[in-house]
Amino acid sequence: MIPAPIKYKFITPGVIFLILIALNGLVFLAIRFISGIGAVTNLDNATPWGLWIGVDVAAGVALAAGGFTSAALGHIMHREEYHSIVRPALLTAMLGYTFVAFAVFVDIGRFYFIWHPLIMWNGNSALFEVGICVMIYVTVLYIEFFPMVTEKFIGRVNFPQFLDFLNKPVDMILRYLDSRLSATMFIFIIAGVVLSTLHQSSLGTLMVIAGQKMHPLWQTPILPLLFLLSAISVGFPMVIFESLIASRSFKLKPEMKILSRLGRMIGPILGVYLAFKIGDIFIRETFKYIVIFDTAAWMFIVEMALMMIAFALFLSRKVTRSPLGLFIASSFVIAGVLINRMNNFIIAYNPFYNPVKYFPSFGEISVTIGCIALLVLVYRAIVMYFPVISQEKREIIRKI
Amino acid sequence: MKNLNRRDFFKSAALGVSLTVLGTSKAKGSDKMLSDDRLGILVDTDVCVGCRHCEWACRVAHNLPTPDLDNYSDNSVFKEYRRPDAGSLTVVNKFENEKNPLLPIHVKVQCMHCERPACVSACIVGALTKGDDGSVVWDDDKCIGCRYCMVACPFQIPTYDYDRSIDPHIRKCDLCTDRRKNDELPACVNICPNEALLFGKRDAVLAVAKTRVKRKSDVYVNHIYGEHEVGGTSWMYIARKSFDKLNMPHLAANPAPGISESIQHGIFAYFVPPVTLYALLGTIMWITKRRSGDDDELISDEEEKGKGGKL
Ligand code: SF4
Ligand code: SF4
Ligand code: SF4
Repeated sequence: MIPAPIKYKFITPGVIFLILIALNGLVFLAIRFISGIGAVTNLDNATPWGLWIGVDVAAGVALAAGGFTSAALGHIMHREEYHSIVRPALLTAMLGYTFVAFAVFVDIGRFYFIWHPLIMWNGNSALFEVGICVMIYVTVLYIEFFPMVTEKFIGRVNFPQFLDFLNKPVDMILRYLDSRLSATMFIFIIAGVVLSTLHQSSLGTLMVIAGQKMHPLWQTPILPLLFLLSAISVGFPMVIFESLIASRSFKLKPEMKILSRLGRMIGPILGVYLAFKIGDIFIRETFKYIVIFDTAAWMFIVEMALMMIAFALFLSRKVTRSPLGLFIASSFVIAGVLINRMNNFIIAYNPFYNPVKYFPSFGEISVTIGCIALLVLVYRAIVMYFPVISQEKREIIRKI
Repeated sequence: MKNLNRRDFFKSAALGVSLTVLGTSKAKGSDKMLSDDRLGILVDTDVCVGCRHCEWACRVAHNLPTPDLDNYSDNSVFKEYRRPDAGSLTVVNKFENEKNPLLPIHVKVQCMHCERPACVSACIVGALTKGDDGSVVWDDDKCIGCRYCMVACPFQIPTYDYDRSIDPHIRKCDLCTDRRKNDELPACVNICPNEALLFGKRDAVLAVAKTRVKRKSDVYVNHIYGEHEVGGTSWMYIARKSFDKLNMPHLAANPAPGISESIQHGIFAYFVPPVTLYALLGTIMWITKRRSGDDDELISDEEEKGKGGKL
């Protein structure tokens, strides 16, 4: 198994569909930048944060956790057998965080001041910590991805004729960077894991300051811990999910040996998360809000049910051995975490004066879905150009 | 075995360090000492007649589009409960007075200028600051428009220009900082024909509020709103009716940012926890690398190693 670019046709009916969705999102994005946030979103003074923060930013960061969990497993714990998942996970994290950064750029009112936190600091602010950590982490992710670029180009730098005098020097620079990087890469790998632990949990601290504006089912001082644990829980399911989709869409053999092993680790991790989550409900005695069966309660039940079903599924050997079983179980975790983040940032936020209940507008949804479509397209383009996904030797030969 | 011990040692060392740090670090941000001379304003809702001149004066003082003062005698606006918005930093609402229907209760709403402001604690770039005089003001040159202050404020005060793409503002009462620099009273206090707004040092204002509540205990409920709410606020209210029924949020006495800041400082205390984590991960990496006898570079996995299989 070696990582290599995937040879496959880029345009398929699915891809055309994604392009259309992305274009639709771009239209609304244009309106947002011309006429302001109010022209596209349903946000108001009572509900200042909506879908873009809850899903694009918060869920985006959580679902990109595959990058640091697999780096921790593959590189820090040195489990060689998992190396083949590190690259795709890294790419997802890199694209995911780029998407998050873009979403922040879209959502903040004064997008042209997005660099302010770099020089204007407020150490008391959870948002400041999230912002700074994410900025550094994106940089680290790009550095971690760089070896795939050098691998692609070293010995193959080939500028068009009138620039071909650059071929040699660029090749030398790449070789130099590559050797420096492989000597120092461990610094970035560890930094990536530390930064992730920090901002994944700070993302939970974010809503603590909203105090009683937040529904008691979610408002708890251990929010940072819950956010960290759920991010760790969703890391591997996300890796499995993508790997299975990629092998299906590129007609490769799924790497079941590795994926089932990964799958078997998820159960216990989910167990720890659920233990804290359920413990929290009982310690703060918030179960009484569940039996009210209002929207919030139902959303809480859905969130918990998804995670508990996923937990049960991952404990079964039969599930972790079959691609379909793994795919379904992983989807449950992903949906559970996605809904958890939406619950925390949207459903739970209920200030005392809130005349118009927030529901995302068509424009907001279009932008969110459009960005996700774009993300998938870029992912597809990159794995077809750079050596990211590991394949059997004969698969590569067959495709070339 | 040796390795394991070493790892365990590092683990417990790290845990110990982070626990001590968590335990000792206090919320520094909102514990800032407050000046004894800080300002306070008392809204005596029993004196307010709902003329809304304060709304008008506030708009004029802040160069917001302002209708003619004559329009303000129109009482139909009271039909709906209103909140401050991008066009007005303060609004007055009317509430029924069951004991005497002819004397409704009017309540002015604006930023409370909290003593321990959540918005200041939350703002990502420190665009909101609390001055020595007690006022909480917003800095146009810093704000990035993230609206986290709106999420944080327990009174739901800051408002945002949703229909502007360039230069949207966060707006809220600034305690008329500019006017006070010229030794003028805040515009709303200045114009109030009934002296429903009492402006001065917070201690003095609070003392007056206490006397009024005590002297007319048959009129006022025994509660000075803002004396203790979220650690105290600069604006305070007295009224005939429970504040819950006047759409004032029911808030506890602990400062709003408190626990969030403790968590924040716990995670980040002097960078000890992150650095410890870094060292811990580095050690694990080193140990496991030696154990697996892998001296290859970390990232590139060119050849099939044919290892694996051990779990
Ligand atoms: S009322 Fe809200 S905006 Fe005003 S100081 Fe307090 S927290 Fe800040
Ligand atoms: S919107 Fe502006 S003032 Fe409010 S928290 Fe964000 S940067 Fe600070
Ligand atoms: S103090 Fe100034 S800014 Fe605040 S409500 Fe009164 S007039 Fe408006």
